[in-house]
Formats: sequence, C-alpha cells, structure tokens
Amino acid sequence: MYRFADRLAPWLAGLCVLCLVAGLYLGLVVAPADYEQGDSYRIIYIHVPAAWMSMFVYVVMATSSAVFLIWRLKIADMVALASAPIGAAFTAVALLTGSFWGKPMWGTWWIWDARLTSELLLLFLYLGYLALRGALETPQSASKAAAILAIVGVVNIPIIHFSVEWWNTLHQPATITKFDKPSMHISMLRPLLLMVLAFQLLYFHNLMVRVRALILQRENRASWVAELAEKNHV
Amino acid sequence: MTHQGQTTGQVRAVSSENASYPARAEVPVGKLCARFFHRDIRLAIRSTGQWLNPLLFFVIVVSLFPLGIGPGPNMLATIAPGVLWVSALLAMMLSLDTMFAHDYRDGTLEQMVVSGYPLSVIVIGKVLAHWVTSGLPLVLLSPLLGLMMQLPTDAYGVLILSLLLGTLSLSFIGAIGAALTVSISQSGVLLSLLVLPLTVPVLIFGSGAVSAVATGLEASAHVSLLAAIMALSVSLAPVAIAGAIRIGVAASR
Repeated sequence: MYRFADRLAPWLAGLCVLCLVAGLYLGLVVAPADYEQGDSYRIIYIHVPAAWMSMFVYVVMATSSAVFLIWRLKIADMVALASAPIGAAFTAVALLTGSFWGKPMWGTWWIWDARLTSELLLLFLYLGYLALRGALETPQSASKAAAILAIVGVVNIPIIHFSVEWWNTLHQPATITKFDKPSMHISMLRPLLLMVLAFQLLYFHNLMVRVRALILQRENRASWVAELAEKNHV
Repeated sequence: MTHQGQTTGQVRAVSSENASYPARAEVPVGKLCARFFHRDIRLAIRSTGQWLNPLLFFVIVVSLFPLGIGPGPNMLATIAPGVLWVSALLAMMLSLDTMFAHDYRDGTLEQMVVSGYPLSVIVIGKVLAHWVTSGLPLVLLSPLLGLMMQLPTDAYGVLILSLLLGTLSLSFIGAIGAALTVSISQSGVLLSLLVLPLTVPVLIFGSGAVSAVATGLEASAHVSLLAAIMALSVSLAPVAIAGAIRIGVAASR
C-alpha cells in the first residue's frame, strides 16, 4: 500500500497541475465575460469545484469509516483521517470564495442562505471530527470513535440540509436566495469541468501523500521502514 | 447500586469468559430497559445538582436576553421562541456529560458492556432516565419563562409540545456524543462541539413551530417533522450509543 501511494502521488500531481493550468487558462483568459456579472463570475472556477469536493470528501470519509468499522481495514481509517483536514480546507475555501463573490453580487459578505448555512455546518462537522480525533489518546479508540461520528454525521447531513432549506423558505421567502442561472455556454463549462477534475486530482494527490506519511508513522517499528530510512539517509 | 444481587451475578458470569453466560438470568427486553431507567432515576433524585443545575442554567440564560437586548415587549415577543429554544438546547448540552461519566468512573459501565445483556436496550433506559431528569423539568418550566418573555398566550401549547418532542431527540442525539467522549476527562466543550451541529434540525423545527403559532400560522408541519426526527433518533441512536460505549470502555483497559 505504501508503494502504491508512493508511485501514484507524482502522477496525480502532474495530471493535477496539467488540468489546473489548462482550466485556469481557459477559465480566466479564453472564456468570455458574463453579460450580467462581468468578470467576477470567474471565481466559480475555484468556488464550485471546492464546494463539490467539500461534500465528496465527507462521503469518502464516512464510507472509509464504515469500511474500517466493518472489516477492520487499517488503511480505510488512514484514508478517513487523511481526508478530514483536506475536506475542511475545501469547505473553508468554498465559503471564503463564495463570500468574495457575494460582496459585489449580493452586496453583502454573508447571507443566511440555505446553501451557505449547510456548508457552514459541514465545516463544523469536519472540525468536530478533527477535535474528537485530537482529544482521544489511544489511537485505536480514536479511530473507532471518530468513525462512528463520521457515520452519524453522514446520516445527518441530508436532514440538516433539508431542514436548513425549509427553514430558509419558511422564514424569508423574498430575499435574493435564488437567482436564475442561465444555462452555461460551452466555453465557460469546459474550464469548469477541467477545474473540477483538477480539484479531484488535487485531493487524491494530497490523500496519497498524507496516507504515505501515516503509514510510515504507524509502522515505524517495521523493518521495511528502517530499510527505507537507511536507503534515503534519513 | 439498587440491584446488588444482580450485579455480583454478572461479575461471576464475566470471569467464566464463556459465550453462554450461565449466571445470567433471562430478562425480557422491556423489563431490562425499565430496570436501568429506575436505577438512573433514583441516582438522579439523590444528587440534586444533576437535575437542578441545568434547570437553573436555563432560567438564567433566558433572563440574560432581556438584559442584553432590551426589555421592549414587542421585541421580546418576536425573539421569545428562538431564545427559549436555544436556551433549552444549551441547558441540555450542559447536562449531557454526566450521562455516562459516573458509571464509567466506578466501572458500572464496563459491567453493563460485559453483562451479556443487549447494551442498546440498557442504553435506552439510561437515556430515557436522563431525559426525565433533565429534559422534562425544562419542558415543565418553559411556560413560566414564556410568560417572562411575553410569548403570545396561544403559543404555550405548541411550546410545550415542541419541547417535549425536541428534548427527547436531543437526549438521544446528545447521548451519542456523551458516549463517544466518555473516556475523556473534561469533555464538556468537546461534547458540545460534536453534538451542536447535529442538533440544528431539532432547533429549526422546534423554534419554527413556536414562532409559527405566535405569528398566527399552523404549526402542524413543524411538529410532524419534529416527531419524525424524534422517531428516527430514538430508533437509530441507541445502536450508535452502544457502539461508542464499547469503544470507550475498551479504551480504558
């Protein structure tokens, strides 16, 4: 598994940079400005992929937590642990860029819009997961307890999402929550999809690097780790 | 504590380390649940602080809002549902960390795990007892605080109903967090950090129901959703709680 992560990481990094450069070039230079929003719409090339990834990573985290609890696969726990900070970072990026976009478009940094609120709560769930992992001392119990929390969280996410949505529509129906999204022109869509791919690759690359580090950390008594360290003159 | 004979029987069963526990008496599930319910209720009655402190906290937090925001009756009436609900939620959070802590410290929790009886059933009894001693008093006191917060009179029925359903869900959802953090000393803040995001739906529909009635609308949609959340948390949470307790007890060995 270590070797797998080790070999895969540079390839993922290369592909990620490739997609990132192509996506950014097409998105920031080639794609035309929006007729309503001008150039400021271009932040979606960061915002939308980050928001997608924030949810995708949580699902990966919960799935690998379930795999860990059921089959006791250590690597699944490492994937969950390595994913949590990355997911939290994606969530924070999505919130920040959304805020930057909201200021010129909606005239305010923050609105208690349903999507914004549930994204914020997702960030809290990530931070709670990391806090629980940090607080439990023995690694085994930390892994299992955190796995239960991740699964409870993933059951709750749809409930939280829909309740926030209904809360918003019940309380303040007349705010600027929904705006008609014109169907996207292909010249804008192509860079967006490229950026989504780039973020996906960025996540997997980060995951591989982190899992590699975690394996080394946990297996630090194994002989192959000692050999590896000797070979690299550590 | 109240079932001395039974507890020693369990210890003997454990030492034999067998899959078939010979010393274990067959107890119907409902009776098992009821036993732990009675036990925890008695323990709670004997330690006054356990049920009184959250109640006092609730009263004090609610009375801080008029001091912080201003005593205008119209303003208070608008924010009353939210204030009452948020304060009740925080009071419930405060009472959570005692749910398993004492039993964990004196080893009773471990005995429950190894007793061979279904842990999730025991847990239901314990959580229900926690709700009766910490959630129910809040519900009973809430009309008085509603009066102080100038809540419109026709909203009291829904206030009580929504708090009844809501605090029960909060007890079960919160118990997951309490079980996860049982092996951590000083777990109070961490516990709230874990549980509060999960309680958002309860808060939304609970305070939504009250403010709907206060502004002259129907509350049945909110109340139905609240009841659905309660049914879901009562049926699913015990499994997660039992799993979390097993992990916590194993961590201390």
